[in-house]
Amino acid sequence: MNTTPEPLLDVRDLRVTFSRRGRRDVAAVDGVSLTVGAGQTVGVVGESGSGKSVTSLAIMGLLPRRGVRVEGQVSFDGRSLLTMTDDQLRQVRGRDIAMVFQDPMTSLNPVIPVGVQVTEVLERHRGMSGREARDEAARLLERVGIPDGRQRLKEYPHQLSGGMRQRALIAIALACQPRLLIADEPTTALDVTIQAQILELLKELVAASGTALILITHDLGVVAGLCDTVNVMYSGRIVESAPRHPLFGSPRHPYTGGLLGSVPRLDAPRAEPLRPIPGSPNDTLPWPNGCAFAPRCANRIDTCTEVTPDLEWTGERGLRCHNPLAPAELSAGAAR
Amino acid sequence: MARFVFRRLALLIPILFGLSLLLFLWVRALPGGPAIALLGERATPEAIERFNRLYGLDRSLWEQYASYMGRVVRLDLGASTRTNRPVLTEFWERFPATIELALAALLIAVAVGIPLGYFAARRFGTWLDNSSVVASLIGVTIPVFFLGFLLKYVFAVRLGWLPSQGRQDARLAVEHPTNFYVLDGIVTGNLNATWDAIAHLILPAIALASIPLAIIVRITRASVLDVLNEDYVRTAEAKGLTKRVISRRHVLRNAMLPVSTTIGLQTGLLLSGAILTETVFALPGIGTYLVRAIDGRDYSAIQGVILIIAVIYVIVNLLVDISYGIIDPRVRVR
Amino acid sequence: MSIQAAEILAETTHVDEEHGGSVRVEAWRRLRRNPAAIAGALLVLLFLLVAAFAPLLAPYGPTDQVALDQIRPGSIPGPSSEHVLGVDNLGRDELSRLLYGARQSLIIGVGSTLIGFFFGCLLGLAAGGLGGWVDGLAMRLVDIMLSIPGLLFAIAVAALVGKTRLGLMIAIAVPAIPIFARLLRGSMLAHREADYVMAAKSVGVRQSRIVFSHIVPNSLSPVLVQGTLLLATAIIDAAALSFLGLGTDDPGVPEWGRMLADSQSYLAAAAHLAFLPCIAIVISALGFTLLGESLREALDPRFRR
Repeated sequence: MNTTPEPLLDVRDLRVTFSRRGRRDVAAVDGVSLTVGAGQTVGVVGESGSGKSVTSLAIMGLLPRRGVRVEGQVSFDGRSLLTMTDDQLRQVRGRDIAMVFQDPMTSLNPVIPVGVQVTEVLERHRGMSGREARDEAARLLERVGIPDGRQRLKEYPHQLSGGMRQRALIAIALACQPRLLIADEPTTALDVTIQAQILELLKELVAASGTALILITHDLGVVAGLCDTVNVMYSGRIVESAPRHPLFGSPRHPYTGGLLGSVPRLDAPRAEPLRPIPGSPNDTLPWPNGCAFAPRCANRIDTCTEVTPDLEWTGERGLRCHNPLAPAELSAGAAR
Repeated sequence: MARFVFRRLALLIPILFGLSLLLFLWVRALPGGPAIALLGERATPEAIERFNRLYGLDRSLWEQYASYMGRVVRLDLGASTRTNRPVLTEFWERFPATIELALAALLIAVAVGIPLGYFAARRFGTWLDNSSVVASLIGVTIPVFFLGFLLKYVFAVRLGWLPSQGRQDARLAVEHPTNFYVLDGIVTGNLNATWDAIAHLILPAIALASIPLAIIVRITRASVLDVLNEDYVRTAEAKGLTKRVISRRHVLRNAMLPVSTTIGLQTGLLLSGAILTETVFALPGIGTYLVRAIDGRDYSAIQGVILIIAVIYVIVNLLVDISYGIIDPRVRVR
Repeated sequence: MSIQAAEILAETTHVDEEHGGSVRVEAWRRLRRNPAAIAGALLVLLFLLVAAFAPLLAPYGPTDQVALDQIRPGSIPGPSSEHVLGVDNLGRDELSRLLYGARQSLIIGVGSTLIGFFFGCLLGLAAGGLGGWVDGLAMRLVDIMLSIPGLLFAIAVAALVGKTRLGLMIAIAVPAIPIFARLLRGSMLAHREADYVMAAKSVGVRQSRIVFSHIVPNSLSPVLVQGTLLLATAIIDAAALSFLGLGTDDPGVPEWGRMLADSQSYLAAAAHLAFLPCIAIVISALGFTLLGESLREALDPRFRR
């Protein structure tokens, strides 16, 4: 773990439980710990249902109050987020921590102009108003690659394309120069070509401003180009955590290996069959009964269904597995 | 924007034409006829013929329609076959009573309904929410005349707190320059008269407001609940905006859209509900006028009144449509 | 007036694109657990049983003036052991009249809703299925019909068709026709663009078969919901029209609205005579409203709170 300077964000043993009437409680996030240092880019990877989005919502305090229980510790810049009052949280959000969500089509208010949606953050956290705010808003829009920012201020969201809207949302998120940006599947709802552009944009902005970034995605490709550290989540817990190159070069957890292996490669022979991970995210054991991934794991041994594996750290790598993959030969290049 | 308005207006014309034709034919199809209704069953054929000739009822249907439309366009709705006075005049005399009632009811429905619906939504699942839902269900089901009746019985007959009928205490000598009794008191400097008029309005207005109120609560609540679950509200929260800003700019603005569409339809409810309420509380408005006209086969009056009401209804809906276009920019594209 | 209330309530109905057993099974499950649905179903059941078995349940006939001798000018005896709910101004047992009145309300309510449903769906089917100028004409007609507020329309029609039971049913049905028509057409239009229809078309299924086997069954759920809600308002409107003197003239058949109107003159002497039919109206209408509302919630895939 990166502990030498005090981490910007320190999440310890975060647990989020959903209760619904007539159904059993579901632990969407089941003991997650991660840290983000200042200026660092951390990736959180997992399938849908792994709990990655819920983690980010819990950090921001955006989960509904009814039917949801959040436990653990989340410390940002030394302050505990989970114990803050609503007013205090509203000071932090937008100003110190900002978030960009998955679907740009629905994340903007359709009946007010884009400009207002940018200036309202400026008014709220930077005390700007009127002309000053509008000027800054136009500048922000152009900074994220939306041409003719001034004109755009008056337009409505439906007049912008998906890619533009996401850019606008990024502009809004970075408007007050937050120390941390959380991007939850920022490119999933976009066309592939636009995806690349948005990722480039994020990379550039984050580097230029020294903002830390948590990038949440199910797509390993997205993470490979951007993140310093990658956390792989499965069924509410982190199963592997490593810096980028070691993770991609030599994945240890069978799930990570499966994710990497399931990505079709351009240089593979055409007749080679696709290699999905068998089963579905629903085929899981609850963690207390052993390893949740066991039913789908090719490396399964008896211990896996009896003893719950803990997250064990060796240097910068964390691994939650009884029978990990063998470390790959570095000279062999990629994992496969 | 102008094109949007123009297009909506253009749709209006064929509707109004079709409506007037329908009305015209309908009135002519009513069993019996104004002659018999007025002159009685034993009227001689000659008397009937004379009557018909006087009112142009002996000419061909097309001729009648043509001359009718010709007059309507000039805002001449003919004369009541019962009282021989111009329909338009009789209408204006009685219209303010109905408008006062309808406006009072609308005011109650909106002023109570929207906040109630909003708070019910925000406190989803609490007793406030659940009781609002139940109350609005019952409110829609209770017939207006029953409620009016119940209110009259409890507050006027039994408790004697409020008057049971009419618009004003006959003993107060008041002038009526505007014929809006509440205003008249203010205009003539007689505040007693205004209070009295309001006292007479309370019970019928509450009765009439019950259904619109119930609907507004329902729709506001559903709408606010929908909006609260929208992604853009989540974005607003993530921006750290204050609760007030989020409520005002993001939640309410969007939530009010479906509500405002129903206001147009509410007018219809109010106008027809007024007929029943006026009957229960003996108010001299359009409702009672219409019922009497139908009873007396007063062609001109019936035609005139229904036509005017329908026109008002259509215009109100048009205004609502236009205002929707102002509030929701996406609509203008269509 | 209440017809429009029902329309407004049903305005937020959503068209769901899934079809077939899965939605219906899910809907049934949700319905069973919903207390409002159960309450509504019970009330409706009560109403139906009373209407069906009125002759067996009523202690007296509806027009038997059994207590005529007890009526004095200005005084009507209240409830007693022989007459649990009292008697009316002509000495007829109130309870019996109420029970028999349920039959009237049922017949009128169901009859008018069916008539409105039939013609409305016909119109909507023509508009949605044929499209083109038929659609345009039908919709203009619908617009015109909708430009007259509901109760007003019913009054107008009632004045035209005369004071018979059938007339009353027609009067209530006519304002409902445009509502059904627009609903069915809108539903059909939404489904017409649906993916599964495109799929069927691309495989070469004939247009008429697409319309009847695919689009119509799926478009029916909002219409069914609306029908249930309109039944409730039909009961109320029947009473309203009778109250205004436009209902059946036949004294042999008690009708709740008529009973209410008649009782107006004896308000001081016997207020209960006015309240009892009202309560009957409200309870019956409430039953259908609750049922209709829960049906809508159950069929709406978004309502998973």
